[in-house]
Amino acid sequence: MNEILLKNAIAIDGAIIDLRIIGTEIAEIGTGLNTGGETIDCTGLRLLPGFVDLHTHLREPGKENAETVLSGSQAAVRGGFTALSAMANTYPVSDSAGVVEQVWRLGKSAGLCDVYPIGAVSAGLEGEKLAEIGAMAHSAARVRVFSDDGKCVSDPLLMRRALEYVKSFGGVIAQHAQEPRLTVGAQMNEGSVASELGLAGWPAMAEESIIARDILIANAVQSRLHICHLSTRGSVEIVRWAKAQGMAVTAEVTPHHLLLTDELARTYDPIYKVNPPLRTMDDVLALRAALADGTIDIVATDHAPHPDEDKECEWASAAFGMVGLESALGIVVTTMVESGLMDWQRLAEVMSYAPAKIGGYEGQGETLTVGSQANLVLVDPQSTWMVDRDALLSRSRNTPFHGTTLTGEVIHTIYRGKVVLRNREVASHE
Amino acid sequence: MKHLLSINDVSRDEAINILSTAAELQKLTSGTVKKLPTLRGRTIANLFFEDSTRTRLSFEAAAKRLSADVINFSAKGSSVSKGESLKDTAQTLEAMGVDLFVLRHPASGAATSLAKSGWVDAHIINAGDGTHEHPTQALLDAFTIRKHHGIGRSDFNGVKIAIVGDIAHSRVARSNVLLLKKLGADVTVIAPPTLIPVGLESWGVHHSYDFDEDLASFDVVMMLRVQLERMNDSFFPNGREYARGYGLDESRLNRLKSDAIVMHPGPMNRGLEISSASADSSKSVILEQVAHGVIVRMAVLYRSLGGPDIASTGGSL
Repeated sequence: MNEILLKNAIAIDGAIIDLRIIGTEIAEIGTGLNTGGETIDCTGLRLLPGFVDLHTHLREPGKENAETVLSGSQAAVRGGFTALSAMANTYPVSDSAGVVEQVWRLGKSAGLCDVYPIGAVSAGLEGEKLAEIGAMAHSAARVRVFSDDGKCVSDPLLMRRALEYVKSFGGVIAQHAQEPRLTVGAQMNEGSVASELGLAGWPAMAEESIIARDILIANAVQSRLHICHLSTRGSVEIVRWAKAQGMAVTAEVTPHHLLLTDELARTYDPIYKVNPPLRTMDDVLALRAALADGTIDIVATDHAPHPDEDKECEWASAAFGMVGLESALGIVVTTMVESGLMDWQRLAEVMSYAPAKIGGYEGQGETLTVGSQANLVLVDPQSTWMVDRDALLSRSRNTPFHGTTLTGEVIHTIYRGKVVLRNREVASHE
Repeated sequence: MKHLLSINDVSRDEAINILSTAAELQKLTSGTVKKLPTLRGRTIANLFFEDSTRTRLSFEAAAKRLSADVINFSAKGSSVSKGESLKDTAQTLEAMGVDLFVLRHPASGAATSLAKSGWVDAHIINAGDGTHEHPTQALLDAFTIRKHHGIGRSDFNGVKIAIVGDIAHSRVARSNVLLLKKLGADVTVIAPPTLIPVGLESWGVHHSYDFDEDLASFDVVMMLRVQLERMNDSFFPNGREYARGYGLDESRLNRLKSDAIVMHPGPMNRGLEISSASADSSKSVILEQVAHGVIVRMAVLYRSLGGPDIASTGGSL
């Protein structure tokens, strides 16, 4: 059986430990463990549970020129992720057992990380009637997270029904909060920058009003609501209020919303065009504080690959979205850990334990104990590195961080006992 | 000045130089021979992704008076309707030897994207990009205001200017606010609250919802065109109510200062934002604006394509 010894790694609490993996499980944790099998010197590296992304666009089936399940998995393990959640806006839409099983099988065949398909809430993402949620839940893919992400489930009655329906199998609805009538033609954050640039505004209230509404609905029907990519101070305040009332709501923030602001739109470079849009520095600071204090539960990448031609055009014609899997850890370390807002325990919580719990992903996001699945990542906390769009493993290059220097680099990733990233290199696909 | 993308990129001195160059060109072309040989052998492409016959004709006349060759491209009936991109269209025309693009585009920032993306090396003049800017309109408006209120002044300090109408969606308003402030004018924008842009505080202008309040104090009243699509999207109840609140009718015209001028970038909706009596009154300088458009665009093309400095004023109006 496969045996690996991780030597002299820095545990979450700062202790220097050895950790032995046998097969797919953690077999032994201690100090001065005898070598046997392969040994990886982890001196100076932080040992963390493998990251879990609850919000990824893998584009397959349908847009394989932007990303495939395999290329997305490669980008994921480069970023330290051992589990991904593939959003439903594929072609065809992931709104049936057939499509989610296809994505699930593609993930198995890539074999680099767990790929959990997210099912659509509404048929065809059209927001009119429920997709075959039960069939997806009971398929081989065992879907538990449902989302129309990219579009908002704007009909409050449909949202209510969906929240009620998923209770039978412990599912969760992940809402893309965007009131469509308040965001007709919207291009960027509504505010003084948008007004100067003459770009149609995407007001904060369009996000906040849906979040407030859905929190009330979810609480009334006693179901689980997850809010995708919070982007405003007001959204933070609403979620904080809901949690204070003991309501079952969870929320995510993307790395890019922790760092970038709407000032970047002044370049008219659509590399900065994303939905929800980049907001103001005041919002960025509120999101950081909320991630640190637990109001926001998780970091999720909203990795959204697009081919060059969808970004090489005037702003209004360009696609929304940014790739993010490979830079996520660096952004979180740089904005949250280096700044002293968050320690490594909290980082493990927001990038692994909590997202795995929200998604119900077995064997993921476990505390590192003997017998648990060996989904692990080793991070060099001191390493500074520069993001290079041409060096990404994603099939797309639409990163807003090209040329940005980040602190914190993923060195090794271990997925169910297998080294899938070794010294920054992804294992070749078998 | 290689490109003219936004008034933001134009320094006060450069703006004054353009206005002074325009004045010189006006003198040089006021005789029976209107043509100068300055840009002979240069090729200018009017790249119009949005209909605007007036602006295109004005640029075409300006280019031809400077002896440039002119190619006209318009989106209608061309490959753009089949999905050819801005990038491909510009690169194709540049391969045909274009030195300068005059770009009109429905997307805000299109001129900036074309200039900054590295797709082409040619010079770019923004002839209106979405709801962002229309810099040559602001320059011709300033040229017109200067003629009436700028004589003997070093700048527009103390000149009170009202811009009235759809400020939120107007590229003319944006460029004018930037330029007129740069030249020292006291600018007030007047509109119903639905047509005042979010974050106007950062623009450094006064705003009012009431056209009548300070009507008698303005030296310049600049009326903006009401776009038809606003009529159907609840920015205001209907045209009649808009005209009552924000139209320049005869009664308002009569309350203006005796030396006030009335401006409009055209095309006008007579009876909506401006009555015929106002448009055709002695205070109206609307046709002068059209004439100045050609002169000022000549100056912009001249400055962009590197003619020798012929402005003689040295930093003041």
